Amino acid sequence: MLARASVIRGSLPWRPNAGAPPTQVRPGPWLFFTAGEAAAVEALADRIIPPDPRAPGGKDSGCAVYLDRQLAGPYGRAEGDYNAGPFMPGLPNQGRQSANGPAKQYRDWLAALDTYCLAHRGNKHFVELNDTEKDDLLHQLEDGKAKLEGADGKKFVEQIVKDLQMGFFADPIYGGNRDMAAWKMIGFPGTRYNYLDWIDRHNERFPLPPVSLAGRGEWTPKAG
Amino acid sequence: MDAESRVTAMATTLPKKDVVIIGLGWTGSILANELTDEGLDVIAIERGPWRDMATDYPPNYAQDELRYRIRHELFLRPDQTTFTFRNKMDQTALPIRTWGAFMPPNGVGGGGVHWNAETWRFLPSDFVLRTHLTQRYGAGFLPGDMTIQDWGVTYDDLEPHYDQFEYLCGTCGAAGNLKGKIQEGGNPFEGPRSRPYPNPPQKQGFGHMLWAKAAAGLGYKPFPQPSGNMSQAYINPLGVRQGPCTYCGYCEWFGCGNYSKASPQTTVLPVLLRKSNFSLRDNSEVTRIDTDGSGKRATGVTFVDTSGNEWQQPADLVVLCAYAMFNVQLLLLSKIGQPYDPVANTGVIGRNFTHQCMSSVNGFFDKTKFNFNPFIASGAIGMCIDDFNGDNIDHGPLGFVGGGYLGQVQTNGRPIETSAVPKGTPKWGAAWKKNVADYYLSNLKGGSIHGSMYSYRDVYLDLDPTYKDRFGRPLMRMTIDFHDNELKAAAYMTDKYAEIVKAMGASIVEKEPRKGPYDITKYQTTHLNGGAIMGSDPKTSALNRYLQSWDVPNLFVMGASAFPQNAGYNPTGTVGALAYWAAKAIREQYLKNPGPLVHA
Repeated sequence: MLARASVIRGSLPWRPNAGAPPTQVRPGPWLFFTAGEAAAVEALADRIIPPDPRAPGGKDSGCAVYLDRQLAGPYGRAEGDYNAGPFMPGLPNQGRQSANGPAKQYRDWLAALDTYCLAHRGNKHFVELNDTEKDDLLHQLEDGKAKLEGADGKKFVEQIVKDLQMGFFADPIYGGNRDMAAWKMIGFPGTRYNYLDWIDRHNERFPLPPVSLAGRGEWTPKAG
Repeated sequence: MDAESRVTAMATTLPKKDVVIIGLGWTGSILANELTDEGLDVIAIERGPWRDMATDYPPNYAQDELRYRIRHELFLRPDQTTFTFRNKMDQTALPIRTWGAFMPPNGVGGGGVHWNAETWRFLPSDFVLRTHLTQRYGAGFLPGDMTIQDWGVTYDDLEPHYDQFEYLCGTCGAAGNLKGKIQEGGNPFEGPRSRPYPNPPQKQGFGHMLWAKAAAGLGYKPFPQPSGNMSQAYINPLGVRQGPCTYCGYCEWFGCGNYSKASPQTTVLPVLLRKSNFSLRDNSEVTRIDTDGSGKRATGVTFVDTSGNEWQQPADLVVLCAYAMFNVQLLLLSKIGQPYDPVANTGVIGRNFTHQCMSSVNGFFDKTKFNFNPFIASGAIGMCIDDFNGDNIDHGPLGFVGGGYLGQVQTNGRPIETSAVPKGTPKWGAAWKKNVADYYLSNLKGGSIHGSMYSYRDVYLDLDPTYKDRFGRPLMRMTIDFHDNELKAAAYMTDKYAEIVKAMGASIVEKEPRKGPYDITKYQTTHLNGGAIMGSDPKTSALNRYLQSWDVPNLFVMGASAFPQNAGYNPTGTVGALAYWAAKAIREQYLKNPGPLVHA
């Protein structure tokens, strides 16, 4: 939304939906990932957030869909960041200094991961490894024992863990945390905004189920 | 062609106003309201957009952690302008490409839209800091490169204006000192108040009260944090109404569509905007304060709108009300005041730049016995102690000066940020998932140790030699690191805090004292202060005690850029008090006889 300068006087301006409500991420084709990349990211999502009896894993809770939509959008393009040069390597406490935004970075990382797996893991793609092999590789990337060609494997694992866990806990409107599975798992009631009747009820579990920006499943009539 | 490259060579000159205000946050709104009351014709020029509570933050979609907290939607975008950062003078500063250690505000209401609304007063000794510490401990006690100063204004000067700001906001709290008499349940260390807070304290959650009980058991004096989230409906002296806070847990980084958080929009703008002698231009960035040939008089400001058109707004009086570091930048770019040179130790603009030295302690409790419901909270909820703030303890044996309040002030349970697991837990996988699920309701994250940061000769602001903003102007360069004094204070207070968490019954207590070097990627607070400080001597301050520029008497500079050093509190209460103090001086002294209010 392009903001335009205006002169305001006499009263408080009113525009409907001035805050631009978010739109629900829809299921459907991948917007950023190729089919191969998506398979790898879904496999990664299920190792980073494995399914267990408490809650579905990263794949079924939509974390790869979340990351796909984020990378296809402003976050992927580093929109709004300071992207002017010169680009110089900095100290860790000076923050990201790369000219690459997250989308380009993920494209490079996932290509390097695939190349590595084909070369060093029996000509297999990451998704084709068994769970133990997947976990071992992630650990080896983290401690530098496995080295990706032209990419920093440690940074890759650090970032994708952060992004997929974020998708797990973000509002389902963004594609992850499907059916508020993560919120139910931890006991977070979501976007409710009035706890006046519970602030004084110390050490008592809040009894109501979560609500998201998109409402709740049972509020939406099932199709067909 | 983008908007920026269309900036025209010739600016269009607008009709002259009595007063032009740069930035419409807390201080701009207060100054505009006070000066329009005086009958002056006032225009405010704001870089960001118009925003209001009901339109921009309705409670059916304002509670969006990803959008507002993680993606920083309400803040200035670094591509509009950012800062460069380095720790030491011999390093190369690099640009902050995405926000980390702090997040500068943007838009009408400024930081007053998305703050937590902690509304503190500084201690009386904070305003005479160098004198006080020198008298108590001797001049040799302070590190040689520490450049702390007295403010040139005292707590007693400011008390009526703290009161004004608190009644504007409807601040909720328990007085600890009424006209010199210590009150049970309040902060016994605070300066005397002329009357109680306008509203009673907010209610507190289980974790907040358990902490207070443990602190009291250790002999400390806990009290509720002064809060600008309403404990009850409130109508302020301007007739503007707020509603009771509902403890939704979406306060800091968010706007309050419930009208329960003191913001310019919920306290003063509804009155100001209806005045016929006030107007506002939004989405318009002031690029320069214009001066006449002598350089001693401001003639108005030059600004650029989002279409790239350049305008000149002449005015008799200029009031600079931007975020602290932008105040300093605009002074440097407008060549007002002598830039600070840390090597020669001359000049004033950029001097005594500070931030905060925050530490925390994480407590993990037995989930079968403790359920904190961390999502039931407000921005300024919580219980605090002031026993270790300022000079409330004898620093003689400790070997450092300064301190901070300690508080269990957990403001939310938003899960992206609030999924702490004990140290040693893997970062991902089955064990991570289990611990997140087990500890979400029984963890108290990041208790606040709100450490002061005093000023030093090699911590300062100047213009960057390499990086430019979208108009081609140099970015502001921050040279900042922690000194031993602050890190010692952090370690000491973190130990004290950990004892309280242990006494609460935590099974795991994890201390996180702030450590050096200063890290631009780790959020602390947005309390960056100084750089255009107030004082009694034009050689060591940019502004006199009324926030009037020593060099350009028809320019006043509001905000935390005036703080000679940072105290162990959130700054907004003091920023508000200083704004009312300066407004009074303009109304009662300056307008009658425009010129310097203090002769050096």
